[in-house]
Formats: sequence, structure tokens, C-alpha cells
Amino acid sequence: MADRKYTEDHEWVEVDGDAGVIGISEYAQEQLGDVVFVELPEVGKVLDRGDEVAVVESVKAAAEVYAPVGGEVLEVNEDLNGDPSLVNSDPFGDGWFAKLKLSDPDELDELMDEDTYKKFIEGLS
Amino acid sequence: MAAAGDTPPDGELLKTPLYDLHVARGARMVPFAGYAMPVQYPDGIIAEHKHTRAAAGLFDVSHMGQAFLRGDDVLAAFETLVPGDIAGLAVGRTRYTLLLNESGGIRDDLMATRIVENGADALFLVVNAACKDADFAHIAGALAGRAELEILPDRALIALQGPQAEAVLAEHAPACRDLVFLSGAEMTLGSAGAFVTRSGYTGEDGYEIAIPGDAASAFAEALLSDARVAPVGLGARDSLRLEAGLCLYGHDIDTATTPVEAGLSWTVGKRRREEGGFPGADTILGQLADGAPRKRVGLLPEGRAPVREGAVIRDGEGNAIGAVTSGGFAPSLERPIAMGYVATALSAPGTAVEIEIRNRTVAAEVAAMPFVEPGYKRA
Repeated sequence: MADRKYTEDHEWVEVDGDAGVIGISEYAQEQLGDVVFVELPEVGKVLDRGDEVAVVESVKAAAEVYAPVGGEVLEVNEDLNGDPSLVNSDPFGDGWFAKLKLSDPDELDELMDEDTYKKFIEGLS
Repeated sequence: MAAAGDTPPDGELLKTPLYDLHVARGARMVPFAGYAMPVQYPDGIIAEHKHTRAAAGLFDVSHMGQAFLRGDDVLAAFETLVPGDIAGLAVGRTRYTLLLNESGGIRDDLMATRIVENGADALFLVVNAACKDADFAHIAGALAGRAELEILPDRALIALQGPQAEAVLAEHAPACRDLVFLSGAEMTLGSAGAFVTRSGYTGEDGYEIAIPGDAASAFAEALLSDARVAPVGLGARDSLRLEAGLCLYGHDIDTATTPVEAGLSWTVGKRRREEGGFPGADTILGQLADGAPRKRVGLLPEGRAPVREGAVIRDGEGNAIGAVTSGGFAPSLERPIAMGYVATALSAPGTAVEIEIRNRTVAAEVAAMPFVEPGYKRA
């Protein structure tokens, strides 16, 4: 099971060494509805935790995605340009947004683990 | 993640007679004009949109305002508030018209159907949900002593839209086949009396069915038991009407836009152009003669990114020439589309413009509307 950490804004980060892959949660994609466009960051951009990392456009509205941790953008998911609906169909897998080189791994301690996040979204409805 | 325009749920929201049906079918309910309304069902906006274009979608529009207007000279009286030729409406015909203010701005857009009750003329009105209280106060006040308004808060309104709508509804009311686009008649649906118009706001053939609230849920379920019908929420209603080039009140038209600017000059009846006698007639007739400074146009942005309401539109030199009033993704065309206002000199289809998205601009082209050809049954 992946060691995935979550924010209260429904972003996730999955850490592998000093890099972290980020995306939005199943709950977030459900709330957004059909995703029709994702504006991804430029590779090489350095983000602070909480900075805007991407914008997700659904049929109805635009939503900003914030970096759950700070870091330099190493790679973005170019597949989303051809098929943005991957965010809906596989938010924890093929629907990832970007890979960051973490600037401060201690920031991960501020995030929720899977169980805590599950309880958090149960409390939202 | 944060979505623009998120509205916190409100405990005081009103419910339509179909509220339980929406919840049982898994709708996501959102606040809209004071009501809890379904924005989408589990299939999602794109699937609901495409289903409506391919078969038939069922929409709850019970939040809209319905009323009868009665009086000895009700047709002439109503003409003092709108630019449409109401006196020239045949019995049973429906007209899209506009409530205007004294400067020619649009207070609301509405549907008016001429009916006859016990030999006397009357109008059946359907107005926007967000405007209904103000509209009804305005109509009742302006026509006091001349016409009487009966508001119908206990009636539901169900729209059945799409190329299969006629075949579906005909199984309940065969007479619906005889209606042409923009006409209406009383029909019995199940055990309930209903007023059915062949109309809607999706660009498709279809009907709007005004039915007593206590009979609405059973009738909606009967329609939904037909495999050709799927429930459709406000999200797809918006994308459907945008593809059809239809205005959304409060966004594409408001009290600061005139019918001429909005591309709704066709709502000003021929006789009304000669006689005037509607609010703001001087301004509107002047603009009909000399042109308006700005016009509502369709916009096709390049690429995949939708442009949204409020985005600034610029000419090739970077000068602001207007703003987007509705923008989104067109499921039928699989591309972004929008509408907005631009300076009249730059309103011809094919004109190249630029639209701001966040910190950049995208190239766009002024386009003729509708974006998708309508399927209305005119004859």
C-alpha cells in the first residue's frame, strides 16, 4: 500500500526517496465532475508548500490545486494534455499531476495519513 | 484544491416537488436561486449532455416562476412591459420575450403563452427562478387595476428535451405530437391536468410540462422508467444552452444590456417597432436604427482551456474590447466555447481576438451562434 499523504484541500503526495508525486483525491475528482483541461506547471519551477501547482478545469468551473509540499518540478504528466479525464478515472494513478523534488521532507509530517484523511472527508458530508 | 464559485450549503434552501427523486438518484444537490437543485447525477455532466442530444433528458425546472395574468385587455396591458408582439400571438402560441426597464435594459427573459379561459384572454408566464419575486412584484404593480396576476407556487415544471422527447411523451399524451415549436395545450398526464408547451432551453426539440406539484414525482418517475430518458442536472442544462447560443439571465443579459446589444432584436415585434410603447423604447428603437456600441457574440478559443465568465477580451493590439459572459466546455463539440460582448466594430464572425486566462492570453475567433444546430420542430 502506497504511503500517500493528504491535505485538507484534497491534494495528495506519494513519496519515493527525495521525490514526491502529487495529484488530487478520489473525493476531489468526484466533487469537480468531468475534467476537461489541466494546466500543469513548468518543469524546473520551484514551488513553496501551498503555492498553486495546477489548475483543473471541469465543465462548470476552474479549481486551483495547491502544492502539498514545496519543491522543484521534475516532471509533469503530459498524458493529461491528451486525456484530462484520467483525473476522473484514475486520480491516484494515471491521473497524477507532477513530480516534485522535495525541498523539506519535514513538511510531510504536517499532512494527513490515509486513515486520518478518510475520517476527515467523512466529516465533510 | 479550491473551486471558484463554491457556495456553502444553506440550511434554508427551498425544495422542489422532485427533491426526493433527485436525492434517490444520487444527484449532487447545490444551492441555486434559493433552492436545492441537482447540478449533476452520477453519470456526470458530459454524459447527461450527450444523452440529451442523442435521446431525451429530464430536467427539473420547478424553481422557475409560473403565473397566470388575466384581465379584459391583458394582451395590450402586458405589451406595456415587454417589446414582443403579444396581441398578435395566436391562442395556444408561446413567445420568448423580455421584461424591460426604462433605459431599455433587461429585467428578465420569459416565456408567455396565450390561452383562453371561459372565453377570456389570459397569459401563462414562466420566468427565471432568481428573478421571479421581483418580476411578479413588478408585473402586478405596474398593471394594477388593469390585469391580475395569479402566482402558481404549487406547480412543478418538468422539461423533457431531446430528439426522443416526442416519442416518449406521446406514450402518455399522444396530443403532444400535434404541438409545433412554441405552442402549448392542456393535457391529462396520468390522473393530473397539465399544461404542456413544445419549448425548452437546450436547442433540442422537447417540452416543458407544468403539472401540480403533488403529481410531479409520479409523472417524472413514469418518464424516467423509459430507457430513452435520463435525468439531467443544471450543469448540463448550462452547457446545452450555451451550445445553443441561448442567453443565461444575470450572465449574458441583465439590467445593463439592451435587446439590441444582446442580439435579441428579433424579440422586438414589427408592430412594436412602429408603435413603441414599451419601456426603454427610445433607447431600443434608436439602437435598432443606428446600431449599438457593443454586441453579444460567440467565441471559439484555440486549444483546450475553457475561458470563463469575466475574462477580458482584447483586440490584436491588446486593447480591452469586452468581456466573456458565459464560457465553458462544449461536450457536443469537444472544445471550449464562450459568449461575450465586444465592440460592434469587432463583432463580425471570423474576427481574431485574444482572451485572458489567468496570467496569459489565448487566441480566439468571433463565431456565429448557435454553435450546435437546433432540433426544433417548427412545423
